[in-house]
This record gives sequence, C-alpha cells and structure tokens, in this order.
Amino acid sequence: MHIAIIGNGISGVTAARFIRKLSDHQITLISSETDHFFSRTALMYVYMGHMRYEDIKPYEDWFWKKNRIDLKRAYVSKIDTANKKLELQGQGELPYDKLIIASGSTPNKFGWPGQDLKRVQGMYSYQDLEGMEAASEGLKRAVIVGGGLIGIEMAEMFHSRHIPVTFLVREDSYWDGVLPGEESAMINRHIVENGLDLRLKTELKEIIDDGTGTASGVITNKGEKIDCQFVGLTAGVRPNIGFIKESAPSIETQKGILVDDYLETSEKEVYAIGDCAQIRTPLEGRRPIEAVWYTGKMMGESVAYTICGKPTPYVPRLWFNSAKFIDIEYQVYGTVLANPPENHTSLYWEHEDGRKSIRLVYDKHTSEIVGFNLMGVRYRHEVCEKWLEEKASIETVIQNLGLANFDPEFYKEYEADVVALYNKQTGKNLSLKKKRSLTDALRFLREKVSA
Amino acid sequence: MHLLQKIGLFLFVVALAIFTLSLGLDSYQLSPETLDISKEYQRQEVMDIAQQKGLLDKKYSSNFSFIADFKKVLKEAQASLDQKAQSGLPEGVSEWDFRMGDGDVKSILLQTTKASSTGPVANNPFLFWLLTIGLGILGGLLYILPKFIPLPGIKNNHIYHNSMTRGLKVNVRSVFLGLGIVGIILYGVFYMNNNLLWPLITLALVGLITWLVLYYEKQKTNNPTRSASPDITGWLGVITGIYLIGFYVLLYWSPHYMTAWILISDPISKVLSGNPASQWFLYGMLYTIVMLVMGIRMIAKYRHNNYQIIRTISVIFFQTAFAFLIPEIMVRMNQPYYDFKNIWPLNYSFFFDWNLNNLMNSGGLGLFMLVWGIVLAFIGVPVITYFYGKRWYCSWVCGCGGLAETLGDPYRQLSDKSVRAWKFERWIIHGVLVFAVVMTVMTLYTYFTGSYQVLFFNSDTVRTWYGFIIGAGFAGVVGTGFYPLMGNRTWCRFGCPLAAYLGLVQRFKSRFRITTNGGQCISCGNCSTYCEMGIDVRHYAQRGQDIVRSSCVGCGVCAAVCPRGVLRLENSALDVNTRTSELRAIHIGEGEVTLLQ
Ligand SMILES: Cc1cc2nc3c(=O)[nH]c(=O)nc-3n(C[C@H](O)[C@H](O)[C@H](O)COP(=O)(O)OP(=O)(O)OC[C@H]3O[C@@H](n4cnc5c(N)ncnc54)[C@H](O)[C@@H]3O)c2cc1C
Ligand code: SF4
Ligand code: SF4
Repeated sequence: MHIAIIGNGISGVTAARFIRKLSDHQITLISSETDHFFSRTALMYVYMGHMRYEDIKPYEDWFWKKNRIDLKRAYVSKIDTANKKLELQGQGELPYDKLIIASGSTPNKFGWPGQDLKRVQGMYSYQDLEGMEAASEGLKRAVIVGGGLIGIEMAEMFHSRHIPVTFLVREDSYWDGVLPGEESAMINRHIVENGLDLRLKTELKEIIDDGTGTASGVITNKGEKIDCQFVGLTAGVRPNIGFIKESAPSIETQKGILVDDYLETSEKEVYAIGDCAQIRTPLEGRRPIEAVWYTGKMMGESVAYTICGKPTPYVPRLWFNSAKFIDIEYQVYGTVLANPPENHTSLYWEHEDGRKSIRLVYDKHTSEIVGFNLMGVRYRHEVCEKWLEEKASIETVIQNLGLANFDPEFYKEYEADVVALYNKQTGKNLSLKKKRSLTDALRFLREKVSA
Repeated sequence: MHLLQKIGLFLFVVALAIFTLSLGLDSYQLSPETLDISKEYQRQEVMDIAQQKGLLDKKYSSNFSFIADFKKVLKEAQASLDQKAQSGLPEGVSEWDFRMGDGDVKSILLQTTKASSTGPVANNPFLFWLLTIGLGILGGLLYILPKFIPLPGIKNNHIYHNSMTRGLKVNVRSVFLGLGIVGIILYGVFYMNNNLLWPLITLALVGLITWLVLYYEKQKTNNPTRSASPDITGWLGVITGIYLIGFYVLLYWSPHYMTAWILISDPISKVLSGNPASQWFLYGMLYTIVMLVMGIRMIAKYRHNNYQIIRTISVIFFQTAFAFLIPEIMVRMNQPYYDFKNIWPLNYSFFFDWNLNNLMNSGGLGLFMLVWGIVLAFIGVPVITYFYGKRWYCSWVCGCGGLAETLGDPYRQLSDKSVRAWKFERWIIHGVLVFAVVMTVMTLYTYFTGSYQVLFFNSDTVRTWYGFIIGAGFAGVVGTGFYPLMGNRTWCRFGCPLAAYLGLVQRFKSRFRITTNGGQCISCGNCSTYCEMGIDVRHYAQRGQDIVRSSCVGCGVCAAVCPRGVLRLENSALDVNTRTSELRAIHIGEGEVTLLQ
C-alpha cells in the first residue's frame, strides 16, 4: 500500500514515523517548503543566531532513507480523489492508496490595503525566515501587527538585532483573549522593559507603498503614520487549504478540512491532521481547530494506528500549552480562561519581581481544580494532569503543590507562599505537605496505575 | 556593545599582545652564575664546552638562537660524559651523578635559559605581570561586567553569527583534527627517541577505531553528519584555537621558549611556596585566573539560574583551593605536592613509583594522601556517583571540567551531535580507559617486582607514551586547544578515563537522570545544540523519555536553555527503567493503543 502525506511538518512526520513503526507500507512525504522536516517553532532561534538551520532539524538527513520514508520536494497542485492521484506542480503525478493531508496553516491577512507589498509578510515558513533575513540589512524600524505568540517572537527576533520594533496590538492588553488579566499585564510590562514600542488598542489601517511596490510605513486606526521598512503580519493563522478547495471540492471544508473522530475527511481513505484539520465534533471544552505542535503530534500518531489497521479515534487528553515571552516562560495545563465562567475562581500568586506567577483555577462551588497557569515557574505536566483528571480539590492540590514543581535544583520554591496566600484569602490554616521531589512525584503518579 | 565592553576588549587585546611579545623582549647571556646545574661533573663539562664554543658571556638577542646553540652544547656534553663514563667513573661518583640523562638536559635547558634572561621582563617581572595578566584580568572584567545589565534570561543571541563561536564545517574541522593527530604522533616519534613502536601502535588504533565506526557500526552511510553546516567558518575561532594549541605545545614539550612567562610568575610563586615558578606554576596560575574571570562571565550569563551559579562557584573554589593554593602551601610546609581532588585514572601518575614513594616517605600526611586517593577512586567514585550522577565530579569539582564550563562555555554548542560522533566517542573513551588501566597495572607490577619487562612491553615506555599521548597530547593540546574547533568538552567526552569510569557507574547504577516534562517538547533543538557532550537531548525529550546517558556531565545547561521547561536534572531510583524506555506515548487516548516496543 502506498501512503502519500502532503506536508512534512510535525503532523505529517509523526504520522510517517508511526506508520513505519507499525507497518511496511510505502510512504511518500511531500512538501514544497524544504527537503527535510524542521522544527517550525524554532525558526526564531535561527534568525537570532542561537542555532543554525541544521540544528533545528530533529532528525539527521540519513534518517529518512534508513527508515524508508521517501521524501519528495514538490507542490501538490491538485488532488484527484476519484483516481487516487496527486498532481505535482511541474513534476507529473503521484498515485496513492491512502492520503494524509497535513498542510498546516498560513498567516491571516484581513484585506489591509498594501498587504501584498514587498517587505510585508508573516512568520510561518522557512521562506518567511529568509524574507526577514533579507529585509534586516539596514532596516531602521519594523512594525508588527497582531499581538499573539508569533508576533512577540517576531518582535524578539528583530530586537535581538537591535532593530527598533513597533508592536501594534488591537486588544487592550497583550494576548488578553487567552491570558488572564494579571498575566497579560505582566507581559505588557515585560515587552516595555525590553525596550519595545508597544501600542495597545491600535490597529493597522493601511500599509504605505514607497512607489516601488515596497512598504515604507503604516497608518494606524488612530491616524498615526509610522515609518518602517518592514511590516510583520502576525494576526493569527488559518488552515492552509486553498489548493484543496479549488482542486478537490469533494473534500468537505469549512475553516479547515472537516474530519470525523478518526480524522477521516468526507472522502474515504483521505485523512487530515494537524493545523489544517477541523474536528467535526470536538470533545467538550476543546476547539475544532487547535493549531499547536502537540495536537499535530497526537493526530499524527492516532491516524497512523487507524491507517495501519487499528482504528484509533483522536482523543487528546487535557489541554496544555507553553510558550516563552522574551524571557518569561509560560505553561498552562487544563482550563484557564481570560474570561472565565461564573463558577471559576482562581488563586493567583505573583512574585514581587513581577516576572513569575502561579495561578490555580478551581470551581468555586465544588472546589475542583480546573487549571494551572504558570509564568516563570515550571510545573510537572503529569502531576497537574493527574490532579485535573481526578478533579482533585483545590485544598488537596495546594497542600501537595510541591509535587508539581519542575524548576531546576536550587531554585527557590514558592509553593509555601501560595498556601499562605490561600490561608490569607480564606482564613484557613493549611500547610504545605510536599516539597519538590522526583521520588514523591513518581510515587504519586504510580498511585494512578494501582487505583 | 557597551562602551565599557569596547574598552575591556581593547585592554584585553593589548594585554594579550604584550603577553605574546614578552617572549621576544629579553636577551640571553650565559655565564657561570646562570648555568643552572647542581651536579658538579655535569656542570664542569657543560662549562668547558660552552667556553670552547664561545657561548660564555655572548649576548643573544633571541631565545631561538640562544637555545639552538645551548642545545648543541648540552648534546655535546652529554655525549662526552657518556664517553668518559665508558672509560671508568671517578672514585665514589655514581653513574647518575655523572652522566646526563635526557631529563637532565630538558631541565638544564629550561632553568638555564630562564636564568640567562636579561632585559625588561627579567628585570621587572611584576610590572610585566601587571601589564599582561593584570591588564588581561581588567580588560576581561570590563568586558564581562556589563553582561549583568540586561534582564536575566538565556542570552544566546548571535552565537552562530560570531566568528569566534560559530565553529567550522565538518570537513574543515576534520582537516584540523587530522593534522593535530598526525602532528602529535609524528612528534611522538621524536619524543620517544625514534622508537617507532608506540607511535605505530597508536596510529594503528586510530585507524582501527575509524574503521570500526565507519564500517562495523555502518556510520559511513550516515552522511552528512549533523554538525556539518553550510559555509560557516569562524576565523576568530580558528586563530584562538591555534593560539591555544601553540600554548600547549610549548608548555608540554618546549617550555624553554616560554621562560619570559615563567619569569613573570616568579614573584607570585615566591609569595606562595617560596620557590621560583616552574612552567607548571605558570600554567596553574593562568588556569585559576582564567577560570575565575570566565566564571564571573558564566555567573553573569546564568544569573537567573541558581544551579549554574552554585556549580560555577564550586568549580572555581576547587580549582583555586585544591588545585592551586593548597598544593603550593604543602610544598612550603615541606609536604608532597598533592591535589586532593584529582582522582585516578584522570590523575594517571598516582600509582607511579615516584609518587607512591614520595607519599610513603612523607610521614602521616603522605600516608593519608595515599589512602585518600585510593578510597576516593575505588569507593568514593561509585558511591557518590550512585547518588548524584557523575556531575558531582565533572561539573562541580574537576579542574578540566571547570575550565570547560568557564573558559569553554562560549564554545559548548560546537560539540558534534551526530550518531556517528557518539559511536566514535564510545570506542575512543573506553579505549583510553582500558589503556589507563593496563598502563597502571604494568606500572604497579614493576613497582612490586622490580621488573620492567611486562609480557612483551617495557612498562616504563608504556607509561611515558601514555603521559605523552593522553596526558599531554589529548588532554592538553586537543582537549583545550580544540575548544573553538570541536567544543569545550572534547577531552571530557572523548578522552577522559575517569569520565568513562564515572559514566559506566552513571549508566548502569545511578539515581541520576534528566526527566522530561510530559508532552511539552517542541523539538526546537536548543537542548541538543547547547549540550557540550554532544548528546542529542531532543531525541529523548520529544518522545517524553527520561535520559540516562553515560556521557552526561550534568551541567544543566540543556534544562536552562529549553524554552518550554521540559528538562530537569533529578535524582531518584524510582521507575528509572520504565521511564527511560523508548517511546512513551502518553498523550493520546490509551484505549486500544498499547505502548510500542
Ligand atoms: C513561528 C512559530 C512558532 C510557533 N511556536 C509554537 C509553540 O511554541 N508551541 C506550539 O504548540 N505551536 C507553535 N507553533 C505552531 C506549530 O508550529 C504548528 O501548529 C505546527 O507546526 C503545525 O504542524 P503541521 O504539521 O500541521 O503543519 P506545518 O508544520 O505547517 O507543515 C505543513 C507543510 O505542508 C506543506 N504544504 C502545504 N501545502 C502543500 C502543498 N499543496 N504541496 C506541498 N506541500 C504543502 C507546507 O509547505 C509545510 O511544509 C508555532 C508556529 C510558528 C509559525
Ligand atoms: S545532557 Fe544536559 S546536563 Fe547532560 S551534559 Fe548535556 S547539556 Fe549538560
Ligand atoms: S527539550 Fe526543550 S530545548 Fe529540547 S527540543 Fe524540546 S523544547 Fe527544545
């Protein structure tokens, strides 16, 4: 059987690797972007000189041949589901038996005047990185539009080269659609203390053409004109499915490619995974499109089992994510909402340096823990997950909070402060029973297996 | 760059220039007073020949010509004494007091060249200490202190844009390495007095290991190796590497060319031990100062990270106190020179006859040192490593590790992460461990039986060769000289027999491991890139697998640079086998799916 995979990102590659582990099927991994899989999340580090492109490839180049995964550098211009073949732009056709679409995302553009000028781009692909590199020489100012995770990465990139950055954020506070107020404010402060020009409640209205088809400035919704020679568009991403909508209308799409619980599209034996997939009936509390690394990985693994004869529904476990805002690390486990429902309340502790915080979200009626939000502090995924799955009570959690601490050795532990804060807020007299310890954490995790 | 940094860099370059030029500033004049020979017959012979050849009181403006001429005198004196000895020694004089051995020649050459120096450096050693090392420290600190200004956090910007730290293409690097190995082995022929046996055996072993890795381990096809990078050559790094290599070559094999530097160190040495400086004192002093200054840099860079701060203070402390000051003070108190933290087999001369005799003849303290050394090597190492992993030594105590973590920190990313390099590492480091053990057993055999012939080999030649090829060539010239070419732990990773021993304990019986945080890894590669031991940490992290690798020195930098908080160095014996097993699929529905084997 020949399995073709469109896209050599984390989703497509995970699928290919697991199919190879489980079977002897022929696998072709197609991408128009690069010859080999690289970590998209690490593109910024190449620009900043932390790593070379070589270093962000998780597998050595010989890996693919050794594992009999055929690589094909080509653009799929058409999917012919009736005859089960792909049309590769300028490179003929490729028949397949089963098809996995893992074509990822593409940066959003909202019809701004000037959005297609030169030196106006997003930050998604290897080619985008090359574009930024080419534009950096002599760059006097960059304007970045959109306050999400990629926007702040782009800001940090330019900042590393001492290129002044103006950061336009439509919201009242950075990423406040996702981060609760205090954390969002912390990041605002951090952006400013790094010397970036943060403009909240400011939107892009128009990009100015310098007369040669190249950007020379922007005009904001406040009428201000900002001179710049580069405009970064980082107002989110959307599934990269243009080529499917045009060439294979029988594959049902909405925002993304619609898939069932087994990640199969409306066409039999055609699957979609990763950023480009839209789950028809997402699990409770989950969104139909979750464009993150981890879900792509899990979908790749699930679809591999399904294709290799062990039908496996895609059942992501608890939501988790992480990021780094310049120097502040961020981790989240479970449900932490910027605009929480009435029954959620949270215990929020912040360090006096204003760059670390711990937030525990719980149900105020049942006391069940529902989420952890950490800034500048690391928590153990498995421990948090276990508490969340068991719906442990907030008091159980905080008394054992040390079990979750994952900061390096000799780092100060703040769990006792969290307990003290809880006591102060509730008038109780709890104390911290567990400090940071691998042995204790593993014992705790073992209990699950026996219970 | 901060203004202070520019000034600092400028001062440092000036200091380095004066330091380098100081080797050529003095002139040299041999006189009866400067001829540093204690044995009377030898002294007389050398004096006569020097006089014949018109060397006495002749002024040389360069040490090259002085050393060339004086070497001839010594060779001639050596031959003539040999000849005289043939026809009978004078009454009551032993052969050793009469004939000049090669060791005598080397030490006379060094001491006499040093004593014969006159000129600015010899006359103002302390001033030159200030102008070279003192100014260097000042420049270094001015360059480093502004690093405390920006917000704390991981600051690896531009490492791969900087020609000092971006490393070499794999093929250029191979050329340097090949030249290095061939050069050292060729010099070894000369060093062993044209005895070809050991240089040839070494060459054969190099060939054998290369064959084993490329063909037996099938790494030939694993091309290109990971750290091959397109069009990146760091010329500053190359120059730095060559300078360091040159320094080590002089230090180990031709210290008579660096007498100016030894003179500069005299005043400090006299304060500490009461004796004039040797080349080893110079080396120890530089080593300690470099670790101190670069240690401050390390602390500035990781000042948000307590693990790094405490560890750096620890290595600086052990170097300054145990490797540098205490041994000098011991000498002052007429006790044996002893570094309490240097453990066999890294300290390969521990079981040499002269060391054993020296310790046993030095009363209670000497005996204590002997017992301490043995207990540490055979009980301390396995027990402490069981509890904390090999890091307790490699990243907290060891001098080689300490230099690697301070001076070497800017180069940690240059270690090769390919599977091929890993295969090379395993053959080479375990090979060196075997060599060290065999050499020590032969030496002890000779010590107890008095017979130099062990099986087919002469134990004395074996240990001389070990000292040359491993002790000096590998640990010094390649180990440190190659920092900017192959990364800062080249010796620790490929060569150190103690690291191999610690590593075996760590791999098979230790609570130490690096745990990974569930599914948080984004495969970015920072951890692998900054692992100085060339461990592909990401390989494990992206599978959610705990890491137990014999080579990990527990520097903690992988955990520090990870932008997603995935890695943690921890100690616990619980579940170590299941959690290090390949492929833990933990975040998809577990229903029908079983873990893959
Ligand atoms: C800068 C940046 C930082 C990020 N950081 C994080 C993070 O910290 N954490 C996190 O969870 N997520 C992060 N993400 C998101 C994460 O990278 C994506 O969710 C993930 O890469 C999606 O993987 P994928 O395999 O679905 O698609 P992609 O990685 O986008 O791969 C799709 C591939 O398919 C190719 N392709 C598409 N169409 C065709 C065609 N017609 N023919 C041939 N090839 C085609 C594309 O060129 C591309 O190579 C980040 C994304 C970016 C851009
Ligand atoms: S694995 Fe991590 S702790 Fe171990 S040597 Fe490498 S970087 Fe240091
Ligand atoms: S462990 Fe951390 S540094 Fe290493 S690849 Fe994963 S996310 Fe990157």
